[in-house]
Amino acid sequence: MARFLLRRFLQLIPVFLGATLLIYFLVFSLPGDATAAICGEKGCTPAVEAALREQYNLDQPFWVQYFLYLKGIFTFDLGTNFAGQPITDILARVFPTTARLAIMALVFEAVFGIVIGLIAGLKKGKLFDSTVLVFSLVVIAVPIFVLGFLMQFVVGVKLEWANPTVSGDATFTELILPALVLGLVSFAYVLRLTRTAVIENSGADYVRTATAKGLSSRRVVMVHVLRNSMIPVVTFLGADLGALMGGAIVTEGIFNVNGVGNTLYRAVLNGEAPVVVSIVTVLIVVFVLANLLVDLLYAWLDPRIRYA
Amino acid sequence: MNGETMTKETTDEAAMPRPLLELRDLAISFKTGNGDVDAVRKANLTILPGETVAIVGESGSGKSTTALAAIGLLPRNGRVAGGTMLFDGEDITHASEKRMIELRGSSIGMVPQDPMSNLNPVWNIGFQVKETLRANALPHQKKDVAKVLTEAGLPRAEERANQYPHEFSGGMRQRALIAIGLSCRPRLLIADEPTSALDVTVQRQILDHLDTMTTDLGTAVLLITHDLGLAAERAHKVVVMYKGQVVEAGPAVELLTNPRHPYTQRLVSSAPSLASRRIESAKERGQASDEVLANEESTGSDDVIEVRNLVKNYKIRGELGKSTEFRAVDDVSFSIKRGTTTAVVGESGSGKSTVAKMVLGLEDASEGSILFDGVDLTSLSRKEMFAFRRRVQPIFQDPFGSLDPMYNIFRTIEEPLRVHRIGNAKEREKKVRALLDQVALPASMMQRFPNELSGGQRQRVAIARALALDPEVVICDEAVSALDVLVQAQVLNLLADLQTELGLSYLFITHDLAVVRQIADHVCVMEKGQLVESGSTDDVFDAPQTEYTRSLLDAIPGAGLMLPPEVA
Repeated sequence: MARFLLRRFLQLIPVFLGATLLIYFLVFSLPGDATAAICGEKGCTPAVEAALREQYNLDQPFWVQYFLYLKGIFTFDLGTNFAGQPITDILARVFPTTARLAIMALVFEAVFGIVIGLIAGLKKGKLFDSTVLVFSLVVIAVPIFVLGFLMQFVVGVKLEWANPTVSGDATFTELILPALVLGLVSFAYVLRLTRTAVIENSGADYVRTATAKGLSSRRVVMVHVLRNSMIPVVTFLGADLGALMGGAIVTEGIFNVNGVGNTLYRAVLNGEAPVVVSIVTVLIVVFVLANLLVDLLYAWLDPRIRYA
Repeated sequence: MNGETMTKETTDEAAMPRPLLELRDLAISFKTGNGDVDAVRKANLTILPGETVAIVGESGSGKSTTALAAIGLLPRNGRVAGGTMLFDGEDITHASEKRMIELRGSSIGMVPQDPMSNLNPVWNIGFQVKETLRANALPHQKKDVAKVLTEAGLPRAEERANQYPHEFSGGMRQRALIAIGLSCRPRLLIADEPTSALDVTVQRQILDHLDTMTTDLGTAVLLITHDLGLAAERAHKVVVMYKGQVVEAGPAVELLTNPRHPYTQRLVSSAPSLASRRIESAKERGQASDEVLANEESTGSDDVIEVRNLVKNYKIRGELGKSTEFRAVDDVSFSIKRGTTTAVVGESGSGKSTVAKMVLGLEDASEGSILFDGVDLTSLSRKEMFAFRRRVQPIFQDPFGSLDPMYNIFRTIEEPLRVHRIGNAKEREKKVRALLDQVALPASMMQRFPNELSGGQRQRVAIARALALDPEVVICDEAVSALDVLVQAQVLNLLADLQTELGLSYLFITHDLAVVRQIADHVCVMEKGQLVESGSTDDVFDAPQTEYTRSLLDAIPGAGLMLPPEVA
């Protein structure tokens, strides 16, 4: 097990280098001059432009820029963005917000998806099951920005149950509504995955044997059906954590959350390579760690899987 | 529990003890897309306390359904449509789920069929025993769990309890399932084909152990099996089911020696474990037996396949990423004479299927050589290999898995002809018709798909496909193991007929010695990769040379039964 963990952490090194290089290169090759974004409509004098280039190493060739950036990472000095803010500060501000949002969404989709999926699976073909299935299809089919605006309008504006937008502090209560919207589509997937797995496992021989042993129906479901059904669901949730962290651009936009998605979007538009690369790198590390967590959960859920 | 055993003992002494389980005119139906289907009709069955009763029948006869109804475990779409079920005098026909949960485990135990799928893979063995004890309000400390497992014949039970099902062999899993089934001392144990998934020798050990335990505990057993020999050997009474109905019932030996119902008669005559002769297809055609013999003598001169010192090593993952070599086949030599049948027998893991794969050219031999008509297979070029494949064709075990579900029967049989560019479309269709005729399937079957066919029909299709290229050698890898006895007998007869008709040579890979006795001329016995014995079928069966062969022979269910010669 220790070997497995060590190997997985060592794997992070090439992933990290490869990902940063690739993203740095992509941002570097974006058309347009980065200084134009800083100088804005009015433009700068050539002298100022040259100074800016020197300040952000834009006058250096690609490899030099990349290695200077790497050096910055290892000395905990990521530099500043074009507005002069230290990138580390930006990361420290946006990541906690988005992480809170993503985890709330994940908890929401996991808890409700699994519970409702389980009930639907056990009541296969009944009214509850059919209703849930139709509802989940609708949620999957309707684009997220429609659902987002709809819920913002109904819950936030009409019913006034929650603030339609999120303040800079992004408190727990403020984030409930965005988290619901963010987790809604995945919730539908979790529900369907759980339902299918439950139906499949309910017909398994060992479930029948468990019943034949004289176990109560509740125990048969909770101990023998549910644990086996969690294996595909856990895979999905793990991959989804990464997606929620980075892919909340639309939801963050609707509810004005000052998080990773918003910041990344602006940085891409401005061609701020260090900001983009920094954020994406953190996202990749989160993604890899989430996958590691999934693998560990896997081994816990299914003893046939052993890592050595 | 104690009180119950007391009453049981007293009733035992009475002249007519109260039946433990009584099924009266039981009818069970299943709801399907095409309306209700009656799976069981008017089934009657009585089990006295401590008695073993076997239900015998082929798959689909309703034997398992009947047993499942008694423990309230019918599938969701099934229901008891009529009749009554009495357990120790109590009507449980429409008992509440709550009452059934009380009865299950503590009063009615179950040992299921397939040890591979009946233990939950994600919980350790100890846990699965422990929850049984706990659910039935029995002590469930570590030592209690270990005791239950030890009783079922599991060595070092305390450590073993921490292991997971995948760390157990099939036999050990079945022991664990027996431990679970008997852990709460039920008065009735339903054993649904408890050993059909296991090797013969393991099967014997398990059944012996089950016998001893149930006798010691005074447990009544309802044994479900498709094997008449096994039923006769193990049960006091045998109930024969056919198409959902009980067609005959009575004391085991009496029923075998004097079967009344035509179905039972057919079953007795075709049960491989009871038959002792080679299938004589030629005799049925009216040829005299010495002619057959002469025929064999004359064709027995040249070897169509000769296997010399064959070795196969597999790399298996070992500690710390090092791979170790595992010798699956170790220095095996034998030959197949043209027009005869050679059987390779052995338990799972003996390397018999690996030999088959190498002879088919699907696996390369690590050492040694395979000569086909005197030519070494390893020396063949790709093109020659292609031509070789035409002359050696396989029939595999699982008729459900080895036919492409998306291909209709015509396409399945025609494919090899097309691949080898034989004839034009018209000629190929003619050939397929002829092949279907040869395997006794109607030509109207051509447009059907495998899922619309029964197991026996599928295996016939597989045979037709194998014969499409007019091969000289057919390799049957457990070709009849998945089939019911009667269907098995039909397919074996068909293979024997085709052999006489077309002069085929068979290499028959099987774990079932009973089948070997029926079809093979020569037998090779394999154990752990090595050939431990070979010889003519009669010699091997009458005078086995090694202890291993003897144990295999002894393990054939029904082998110990002494039946009058006209039955056997």
